[in-house]
Amino acid sequence: MKPLSIIGNGSVRCFISSCILAVVFLLILSGKTFAGVEFREFADPEQQEAYENLTKELRCLVCQNQTIADSNAELAADLRRQVYEMLQQGKSKQDIVQFMTDRYGDFVLYNPPFNLKTGLLWIGPVVFLLIGLIAVFLFARRKKAESNRHSHAEQGHENAEKLAKVRSLLEKGDPS
Amino acid sequence: MLKYILPLILFIVLSVFLALGLNLHPSEIPSPLINKAVPAFSAPKLQSPEEKLSPTDLKGKVWLFNVWASWCTSCRSEHPILNQLARQQAAIIVGLNYKDEPEAALGWLANLGNPYDVSIMDQDGRIGIDWGVYGVPETFVIDKQGIIRYKHTGPVTPEDVQQIFLPLIAKLQAEN
Repeated sequence: MKPLSIIGNGSVRCFISSCILAVVFLLILSGKTFAGVEFREFADPEQQEAYENLTKELRCLVCQNQTIADSNAELAADLRRQVYEMLQQGKSKQDIVQFMTDRYGDFVLYNPPFNLKTGLLWIGPVVFLLIGLIAVFLFARRKKAESNRHSHAEQGHENAEKLAKVRSLLEKGDPS
Repeated sequence: MLKYILPLILFIVLSVFLALGLNLHPSEIPSPLINKAVPAFSAPKLQSPEEKLSPTDLKGKVWLFNVWASWCTSCRSEHPILNQLARQQAAIIVGLNYKDEPEAALGWLANLGNPYDVSIMDQDGRIGIDWGVYGVPETFVIDKQGIIRYKHTGPVTPEDVQQIFLPLIAKLQAEN
């Protein structure tokens, strides 16, 4: 009798229902990704590689943190089709990148070229690192100078105390 | 003294950067097509698919190119403003019916009014790619020479019409 009542136990029931929920979720998610699969035929492995590389380098303009390879947005699908068709026409990788930047600007590239507009993006981190290093260096040097000055002052103070003690002893004379 | 002023300066600099960040619109991508000739197309008209329109037909005229679709919810909020702009007859308004079903598009115009002098169909989104379209609605302003002079992403508001579109159209109409 007792073991049966375990099924009615709240935490177990909760566990089972969350398992079911997780499975349902996974099914929904996998359904989504299957919907995004497209079948493309390539003339040779190089072309397939070029397609895969290009779609991973181009940004989806709608969901801006995804590449067009990752995104299920309609525009991403259209741009994948565009890349595929251009490769079929024998266009080079550079031609395709040029085609995309002519229409969408450098923003469409996940690996933007170095120019006046993107300069800060590329140099910025190095500049900030240098500023940080210089700041740390200056701070450390000042700290060191300060602590040196401190110990000198302390020593001077100690010496003066000792000197006074000796003087007072001399003035009093040796009792022995 | 510097000890007290430095944090204040840092605070002000940080505030300025954060304030600028708040006012940025990272989802709006600057179009590389500004001040370039309009991308060529020859597309069937929505109302009479046997006829085609190409940008050369509009040479010598100032025109707006508005990308819309019946599935686009923000186009619905923009639509009355376009209707109003059309009544002022400041410029020709050409619609690009983007990735839409012709029946749905015609139904939309019948229900909500038709601000377009002519609409053309882009069912597979290829004209959209040539114009760098990534979010519907988008509105371009084209001068008499067929040069794109301005691009607006997202729904046009009455303020945009008064402050940007009408003055720009007036300026372009005065040009040769």
